[in-house]
Amino acid sequence: MAELVQLLFAGLTTGAVYALVALGFTLVFQASEVVNFAQGEFVMLGGMVTVFAFEAGLPLPLAAALAIAVAVATGLLLHRLAIEPAKGATVVTLIIVTIGASILIRGLAQIVFDKQFHALPAFSGDEPLRLFGAAILPQSLWVLAGAGAIVFGLWLFMEHTLLGKAVRATAANRLAAELVGIDTRIVLALAFAISAAIGAVGGILVTPITLTSYAVGTILALKGFAAAMLGGIGNPVGAVLSGLVLGLLEAFAAGWISSTYKDGVAFLVILLVLLAMPQGLLGRRAVERV
Amino acid sequence: MASGTRTKLLVLGALPLVLLLVPLLFPSPFHLRVAALVWINAVAALGLALLMGLAGQVSLGHAGFMGIGAYATALGPKHLGLDPLASMGLGLLAAGVLAFLVGRPILRLKGHYLAVATLGLGILVHLVLVSEVPVTGGPDGIQVPRLELLGWRVAGPATWYWITGIVLLLAAWLALNLEDSSTGRALRALHDSEVAASVVGVDVARHKLVVFVMAAVYAALAGGLFALFNRFVTPEVAGFLRSIELVTMVVIGGMGSIPGAVVGAALLTVLPQALTLFHEYEHAVLGLLIILFMVFLRQGIVPGIAGLLTRRRAA
Repeated sequence: MAELVQLLFAGLTTGAVYALVALGFTLVFQASEVVNFAQGEFVMLGGMVTVFAFEAGLPLPLAAALAIAVAVATGLLLHRLAIEPAKGATVVTLIIVTIGASILIRGLAQIVFDKQFHALPAFSGDEPLRLFGAAILPQSLWVLAGAGAIVFGLWLFMEHTLLGKAVRATAANRLAAELVGIDTRIVLALAFAISAAIGAVGGILVTPITLTSYAVGTILALKGFAAAMLGGIGNPVGAVLSGLVLGLLEAFAAGWISSTYKDGVAFLVILLVLLAMPQGLLGRRAVERV
Repeated sequence: MASGTRTKLLVLGALPLVLLLVPLLFPSPFHLRVAALVWINAVAALGLALLMGLAGQVSLGHAGFMGIGAYATALGPKHLGLDPLASMGLGLLAAGVLAFLVGRPILRLKGHYLAVATLGLGILVHLVLVSEVPVTGGPDGIQVPRLELLGWRVAGPATWYWITGIVLLLAAWLALNLEDSSTGRALRALHDSEVAASVVGVDVARHKLVVFVMAAVYAALAGGLFALFNRFVTPEVAGFLRSIELVTMVVIGGMGSIPGAVVGAALLTVLPQALTLFHEYEHAVLGLLIILFMVFLRQGIVPGIAGLLTRRRAA
């Protein structure tokens, strides 16, 4: 029982981060059909900027706010300087553009910061909580609560604000949205800004547990992409659920089978699922028009 | 197709010329080494160009096949006591068989689903190479024995320059022939519309599989050549970034263009060598250049230049 609970919490904690990255992928994809492989770099920026601002003497909440601002600015620049000029390019070209951006951001981070691993102090102490004999880090609860709050906040925004409805309208049909007077360029920029902020918050929350460095973004982007695809690309509920499921599977595979192939779990799962269900778990069937 | 024949003549005429000129212009061993790397990467990029350009299918895990070719060449002599060249042959076979087995189900997928499936495949290959330390030597890599042919010890940048160059020439010739064959026409048809192609009787699944297997074998061949030439391989040969480099070579050169694949391979092989001058700015500059190329030369270098030339001729 203790082991089960332990693995469950470990899995949910990493799963929550995957879910946030997948959610970022989904948001940008919905608004623009762009798969943004730089999504993982927002998580890296969130963690790294907070660490360096905190070490420079800023209080933690301010450092975190600064990190989110830096990530959002990076997201907006990425949209303005790379995605918008490449408008109308093929899927593969856009993928390469965003991967180029992620190499660029990582390269800059390596110069501005350094190549070391960094930690943040846990928000409410390191004393583990006891639950059914398992030791749960309080920071895990921060990650879960933070991810939950983000998902709920995003849902409120999408369902109950005019701007959120504009995003959904753009996702549903870009031309129709433009015809009813929605400025889809602003919507797109907004999608990049929000997904950057989501990624950064994920990075800040998880850094006390997993540490961070300039290079953590790549594997997160790849796993987040796998999660987004697993849920059926463009489906936010699917993205969040798949992120959590991948985190859990990874934790249980590491705990019960072997930790060597932990990083392969997400990709093995996506391969197996896609072989059986070519549209992802919750995706709709697309029909090709001739 | 007239333009197809012209490309064929152009490539088969220009490529040998380039092969002859490079050693005259850049005779230093360092330059010949870099040039040999260009030819090796071009072989892999050629295969991928067939898959992406001709058939319109993307692979974000193609370095996985390169890794299979490279590691087969390294491991055969060590664990099975085989000749390096025979081991490389086994590597090509292994890559082809793997592509054949996973190809049919994977190639049913479209767009981003195909992208994530091939991405996963590549990452799993890379992970096995990193993790099976007793067999593969793990992340530190492994030595590859020197190639000997009938008592001739194959060594030196100049020798490898010619070997890799001739392999590339043969690979390009085969690729051009495929483009012109009935398979090539079928692939172009299914690239435009799979439904329309199947309606006129093209066996879509079979043709996609053929080109996928071929692209995998090309990549494995490049991997094997790299192992023999470099005499040392690490799992990075199969890494995600390598896969992306290969895709970028194809797209930067010009999607679907066989000369483009060679130009793209040259650019992405020489560029990092030149960028080492920038020391720690290397990665940032590489990322920036990739973005600039993709944004401003979207259809690729070779089609872009060809377009400029035709426009000038028309004017």
